[in-house]
Formats: sequence, C-alpha cells, structure tokens
Amino acid sequence: MRLLALLILLMLPGEVLAETIVASLSTSRVAITSNYTGASIVVFGAIERDSQTVARTGGYDIVVTVRGPRQSVMVRAKERFGLIWLNREQQRFFDIPLYIAVLSSRPVTEVTTDALRRRLKIGLEAIVYAPDFTVDRGGRDEPFRQALLRLRRQDRLYVENPRGVTFLTPTLFRAPVGLPATAPPGNYDVDIVLFADNVVLSRAQTHFELVKIGFEQQVAAAAREWSLVYGVAVGGIALFFGWLASVIFRRD
Amino acid sequence: MQVYLPIAEIPVSVLMILSMGAAVGFISGLFGIGGGFLMTPLLIFLGIPPAVAVGTQQAQIAASSTTGALAAWRRDAIDLKLCGFLLAGGFLGTLLGVFFFAAMRRAGQLELVIVVSYVTLFTVIGGLMLRESIREFWSKRRGVPRPVRRAGVHPAYLGLPLRMRFPRSKLYASVIPILGLALFVGFAGAVLGIGGGFIVVPALLYLFRVPPAVVIGTSQFQILWTTLAATVLHALVNDSVDVVLAIMLIIGGVFGAQFGARAGRNLRAELFRFLLAILVLSVGLRFAIELVVEPAEPFSLQILETRR
Repeated sequence: MRLLALLILLMLPGEVLAETIVASLSTSRVAITSNYTGASIVVFGAIERDSQTVARTGGYDIVVTVRGPRQSVMVRAKERFGLIWLNREQQRFFDIPLYIAVLSSRPVTEVTTDALRRRLKIGLEAIVYAPDFTVDRGGRDEPFRQALLRLRRQDRLYVENPRGVTFLTPTLFRAPVGLPATAPPGNYDVDIVLFADNVVLSRAQTHFELVKIGFEQQVAAAAREWSLVYGVAVGGIALFFGWLASVIFRRD
Repeated sequence: MQVYLPIAEIPVSVLMILSMGAAVGFISGLFGIGGGFLMTPLLIFLGIPPAVAVGTQQAQIAASSTTGALAAWRRDAIDLKLCGFLLAGGFLGTLLGVFFFAAMRRAGQLELVIVVSYVTLFTVIGGLMLRESIREFWSKRRGVPRPVRRAGVHPAYLGLPLRMRFPRSKLYASVIPILGLALFVGFAGAVLGIGGGFIVVPALLYLFRVPPAVVIGTSQFQILWTTLAATVLHALVNDSVDVVLAIMLIIGGVFGAQFGARAGRNLRAELFRFLLAILVLSVGLRFAIELVVEPAEPFSLQILETRR
C-alpha cells in the first residue's frame, strides 16, 4: 500500500510538472534620467520539456502580469445635490498596484476557465474584481471598481494586451512591456504563467525596479532628507533669478 | 524637448513650462498679483500632482515678485509700513487657515469648501470690481466727474480707533480694518493655496483708496515674503517643491513679469481695474460652471499620499 502511494507520488510530478518556464528580463533596473520619457522592458522565456512530457494538442499559452508599486487610491463619485455636483460616495482601494500590465498570447478569456481566471487573478478584470482588491459593500463597490479600471486604462497605467506575448518557436516566447512616463518609480513584479488545455502547468516570478539615478536621485534624496536646506535653497534660487532679471532689464 | 521632474515624477515639455511661466508672469507683473490662482490649475491640468503644483508655484511667485518688488522699490512705490501690518495680520490668518484646513479635511468636505470658496470669493470680488469700473467708464463718457476722493470724507471703517498715518499710501486710517483684511487674506490663502494678491490689490484700491502704483508695489513686496515662507514650509512639511520645475517656471516667469510690469505702467488706471475685474470674474465663473454642469466623468481618482 505504502509502496503504491510512493510510486504514484513519484509518477505525479513527471505527469503534471513536466514543463517548466525559465524567464528573464531584458534589464532588471530601469534608470530614470533627466530625459526619461518611459521605457520598454522585454520578458524572454522558454518552456522546458523533458523526454517524458506528453504532447499538448492545444499548444501553450503564456500570461505575463506586471504589477507596479503599491499605494492606496480613493475613487470618488460626483452626484447632483440641488443645483450643484458634489463628491458624495467614495471607495478606498487599499494598497493596490499603481501599474498593471497583462500580456498574453491569446485573449485571457480563451486561455482558461472563468473560475480559474478569477482564482488565479488572470487578466485586469479578474484582478480588479477580486474580493480582496477593495472592501466589498454588497454591490455598491461595483461601479467604483469599474471606474478605477476605466480611469487607469485611460491613463495607460492599467493595460491588457491579448497579443502581447509572441512565440518565436513553439517553446520560446517574448513579451515587451511598455512603461509610460507616468508609471511610478519603485519595484515591479513580473508573474509568468504557462497554460495548456485550460490548466496551469508552471509559474515563474521575476522583478525589476524603476529608479531615479544621478541628478534626479540626488534631488529627490535632498528634498526628503534635507528638506529645510532644500527649501531655503529653492527660495534662494527664486530670489537670485528675480534679482538677475531686474538687473538684465534695468535700462530706465 | 522633454525633461523629467524628480519630485513630480513625470516628464514635461520644457517649452510648455517656460511659456506657461511667461504667460502667468506677465499677468502677475501687470496686476501686481501672484498668479497662483492661474498657475495651480494649469500645472494640475498638465498632470503634476496637486501638492507639488501648489508647493512649487510658490517659488515661482517668489521670484517674479522679487523682480516686481525691486522695480517698485526703485520707483519708491512700496509702503513699507502698510506692508508690515499686512504681513503681521497675514501670519495670524495663515495659522488659523491651516487649522481650519485640517478640520475640514477631517470632516471629509475639503474639496467642496475649496470649490465653493473659489466661486464665492472670485465672483463676488470680480463682480464688485467690474461694477465699479463700469460705473467709472460710464461717468467718464457722460462727462460727469465722480467725486472720487474728497479731503475729510472717509468711509466709517477708516475712522475706527488706532488711527495711523501711511504717508506713502496717502492714507490716514485705523489699523483695525487693515489687520482684518490681512487676517482674511492669510486665512483664505492657507485654505485655498493662493497668495491672496487678487484680494489685497482690489481691497487697497477700492476700500482704502490707495494710489494704484503704491498698491502694486506694496502687494508684490508682501507676496514676496509670504511665498518665500510658503516655499520653505512646503518643502519642510510636504516634500512637495520640485526644484527643476521651479527653475523652469521662474525663468519663464521673471521675463513675463518684467514685460507685464512695463505694460502695467502704460495702462490707464481704469482700464487696469477693468481687466483685473474680468480676469478674477472669469476664474470664478469657470469654477461655478464646474460646480453646476454635469461632469462627463462623474468618477475621480486620487492616489493617497503616504509618508515616505
């Protein structure tokens, strides 16, 4: 009996975990310099198979999810109140990624079942409508989730690209991630999931950081750590330029 | 050409910021007002976080008022004594305003307070100024000289106790209404994030009948000190002053202010008042429209600031 169980256990990984993904990024550190206007990072990956791997009839699907630094966001709704429009209801989203990109080789709805998609948070809708994304208020949170998704999509900070992952060979893929200039500095997590026939075969995680360097970093550090000196210095610059202009323009 | 702002954390077009600074600087130099009530919404419209917009434009106003104040200084158009009283009252008002600001934020109605105050303040002040200057035009056209200022006839509030002479402003008035004005301006400035020049200028012009040349110089001198203090405070408390943005705004602003000040000297006084009235009134109406018209997008999103 025990022997049988051991045999099954030994066979299981060979069956289920036959494929693994190996992934890498074109860079693990994106530098913000004074002429920074956004960046592009490429996720490269390979699906590794061994001799026992069964042939997949439906082919592979890859979903890459990039999540940016987290912060709390408040969404407010304006309503008519007498003559004027006021912010009435509001919904707080506690510690959510300010940037999300979902790239896949096919539309996420075709990659797997709805139930699995919701459970694994595959696709923007599944992420934003997840119960732990904000406080559930019995349906009243629904329009706020919708609004958050719409507004972030408008700013191109939540993006979904159903053709974002391309296969170079049947087992080799690449996925370019476009970071708009407004994407906040910080740590970005990249989650890569391999699907075949609606089920997850393998997952891989990696991450990169978006950081200010050089002058930008020094200014930010000075403003944070030496705020009094920094403030006085900015005031001094203002006085100096004001005086300089009056010298330049003094003709009368 | 794009440049990345280290504190605002977005790239902006250098040319755009320079010309915005020049445009607001021109208006600032022309009317002797700070121009914060124009610059702040413009910066926010460009996508700069509101806290950074408010903090940084204080530095720009400081620079353009330095130029303005120096020019006024050479023309001997600053009433230092009056300015001292304005600053003293303004300081107290700012403190009260900061407490009120915090209280309204706790009550969750800060945004409403701000928009409604903008609408009332700007439409009322702008409307009063417009009425005054239209009446002025009217009587001039009919050739009936208005009794502008006769010796010995003064509004009652100037005759309150503690009267004092302000020779530079040709004013002999009680310091109580002057301190009251400064208190109100400081309060409104702290709550609305504005310098308050557009309140001080018309008040000195209409309520205290100070000569226009002295009004502008005095108001710019006062704004200079207020905004310098505000720049340091914003940097200290909120880390929200972007030096790169500030320098670009300043360079645009000082040039604009210089030309504005020249244009202002050639402008007839009643036309000057009329234009200022139109400017203030239109800002008020813009906020009123925002309040009344159904928004295209009823939802708004705000990233909550966290201590870093």
